[in-house]
Amino acid sequence: MARAVSTNRKITVTVIAWSIGFLIFFPILWTILTSFKTEAEAIASPPSFLFFEWTTENYGIVMERSNYFLHFMNSVVISVGSTLIGLLIAVPAAWSMAFVPGKNTKNVLMWMLSTKMLPPVGVLIPIYLIFKNVGLLDTRTGLVIVLTLINLPIIIWMLYTYFKEIPVDILEAARMDGANLRNEIIYILTPMAVPGIASTMLLNIILAWNEAFWTLNLTAANAAPLTAFIASYSSPEGLFYAKLSAASTMAIAPILIMGWFSQKQLVRGLTFGAVK
Amino acid sequence: MTIRLSTLLGATALCAVAGYASAQDTTITIATVNNGDMIRMQGLTDDFTAKNPDIAVEWVTLEENVLRQRVTTDVATKGGQYDVMTIGTYEVPIWGKQGWLVSLNDLPESYDADDILPAIRGGLTVDGEMYAAPFYGESSMVMYRTDLMEKAGLEMPEAPTWDFIKEAAAAMTDKDNEIYGICLRGKAGWGENMAFLTAMSNSYGARWFDENWQPQFDSDAWKATLTDYLELMNNYGPPGSSSNGFNENLSLFQTGKCGMWIDATVAASFVTNPTDSTVADKVGFALAPDKGLGKRGNWLWAWSLGIPAGTQKEEAAKKFIEWATSKEYLALVAEKEGWPNVPPGTRQSLYDNPEYQKVPFAAMTLQSINAADPTNPTVDPVPYTGVQFVAIPEFQGIGTAVGQQFSAALAGQMSAEDALAAAQTLTKREMTRAGYIK
Repeated sequence: MARAVSTNRKITVTVIAWSIGFLIFFPILWTILTSFKTEAEAIASPPSFLFFEWTTENYGIVMERSNYFLHFMNSVVISVGSTLIGLLIAVPAAWSMAFVPGKNTKNVLMWMLSTKMLPPVGVLIPIYLIFKNVGLLDTRTGLVIVLTLINLPIIIWMLYTYFKEIPVDILEAARMDGANLRNEIIYILTPMAVPGIASTMLLNIILAWNEAFWTLNLTAANAAPLTAFIASYSSPEGLFYAKLSAASTMAIAPILIMGWFSQKQLVRGLTFGAVK
Repeated sequence: MTIRLSTLLGATALCAVAGYASAQDTTITIATVNNGDMIRMQGLTDDFTAKNPDIAVEWVTLEENVLRQRVTTDVATKGGQYDVMTIGTYEVPIWGKQGWLVSLNDLPESYDADDILPAIRGGLTVDGEMYAAPFYGESSMVMYRTDLMEKAGLEMPEAPTWDFIKEAAAAMTDKDNEIYGICLRGKAGWGENMAFLTAMSNSYGARWFDENWQPQFDSDAWKATLTDYLELMNNYGPPGSSSNGFNENLSLFQTGKCGMWIDATVAASFVTNPTDSTVADKVGFALAPDKGLGKRGNWLWAWSLGIPAGTQKEEAAKKFIEWATSKEYLALVAEKEGWPNVPPGTRQSLYDNPEYQKVPFAAMTLQSINAADPTNPTVDPVPYTGVQFVAIPEFQGIGTAVGQQFSAALAGQMSAEDALAAAQTLTKREMTRAGYIK
């Protein structure tokens, strides 16, 4: 029986939740607001929150100066491409480790995780030289390969944890009913695993979209994604905060919208296994 | 059949022409920083491509630190991603010595390389070879509020001393009204607080190393430098100044919160621009202060264009550099954007131009640049070149680590003595590791 919750408590919890949510969202909101200010308004003290002369000129300047759509398409191809290839490798790997574990499965999982502990800059020069020699510098293919490899441990771990949640008894019951491996995967495992795969995919797209070390270091003019687009508006000598905010807003808008529509799957993905 | 044949022939001819045209096109990739002058250059690229229709230009604009990391990786590995690189006075001599850059000594006579300011050219030349052409040059100077100075009953000399700066900072400070006598860099970094403090220390008679590469942070001159800096900032500086760099101070000055600001001469065009600055018509300029020892506390820097060795498009890259750093380019900017927006600090002819002499900060910028000597930056002799940096590869790491100690001292986390002792220890350790000292 559910515990009764008083109205006051509901209101309090709601207010606290909204306050925390607003606090977390505030930097993004401030970036969006600043993008509609003039450069002078952007540094005004005290800052104006809503009552300023709204302008879209920063967006116009950014669109004029940069090839936004090239960067955008690069981001889409790199993040979706690396995620799909990562899933192709990770699903069978996670399945075998979850349902047919060997004596070294735990060690393999830990080893995969340990590759994430190496600072990326430690392997920058070797990877740069390899990419140079095989002609992958400043190519989408090169970035897809690197981001696939970088995010693979996370994808495998997430899927492994999710697959472990699926009761083996159900699979055994299917086998007893005469299901072969193919039917077992298609009719039993896949429907149960789709939410986990979807949330893993979404989270990985976000990680790849936001990746800013390799995407900056391995690209120049052709394959540079939106991270490079934002970096091009940061200036140590000059106050271009409004333009930087406009560029940032344009870079985060697609992933923000995607995150908004898929928040249910994302939350499920991030919290599964938390409550047994 | 006839129609088909002619269509086929036409298409073949078109493909041949297209193939020929694309074979003629050379695309050069230029890596640059997001500074006002560079953005202006991007906007004027059409002038270059109109004069050189066989060359196309692609821009890669990055934040300064990202650019530095990116082009260093590329030039060191001969990655070939860029044909023209925007690099600073710090990189040019080091990269030139390594053979990573193409010499620009063979630019045509019409380029008039002798017109480049000697101080700037000296910083870009190694063993007689000029390895980069300056796009804009800068020094540092005092920018001050004329109204606040007048209110304080003081008059800024053209060449102030540090004692006067201290006196003026005290007189101008009005913390109740959020007006701080002086704004200086406090953010840790070899190009942030250490650029300012190294230049300041030169005027105090301090130096990073003696002739035998022994660190000198245990000297009285460094103690006096850091003590005075902390006193100025703690008593008359804005709150939270240990995280202030160029942009933070620019913002404070433009919104009327600083009485004086000692920083890059390039800031002059920002603080006098009425569109962005609330104090545009109340700004005066003076040389960086001295301590009566023969050196001023000003630095020297130039953002320059260089060509990485090994590029396949050296000829086209040279044409671009010749265009971007020419007298004609300066005239083009003046025509399109006005004289105050011309990239400063590179050519003597610009400062001889009567039109440019009308720009309020022009004379002081030139004086400041000429007052800096990268080959002889300190009162006592040193084994290195560079005014606000030491032109050795290890300096980036050491400079930033020392900057963190001094920034911590400014934040009140340690005393000046402790910061200097830590700086001495870490510098000695790194220089020993690098083999400069035993």
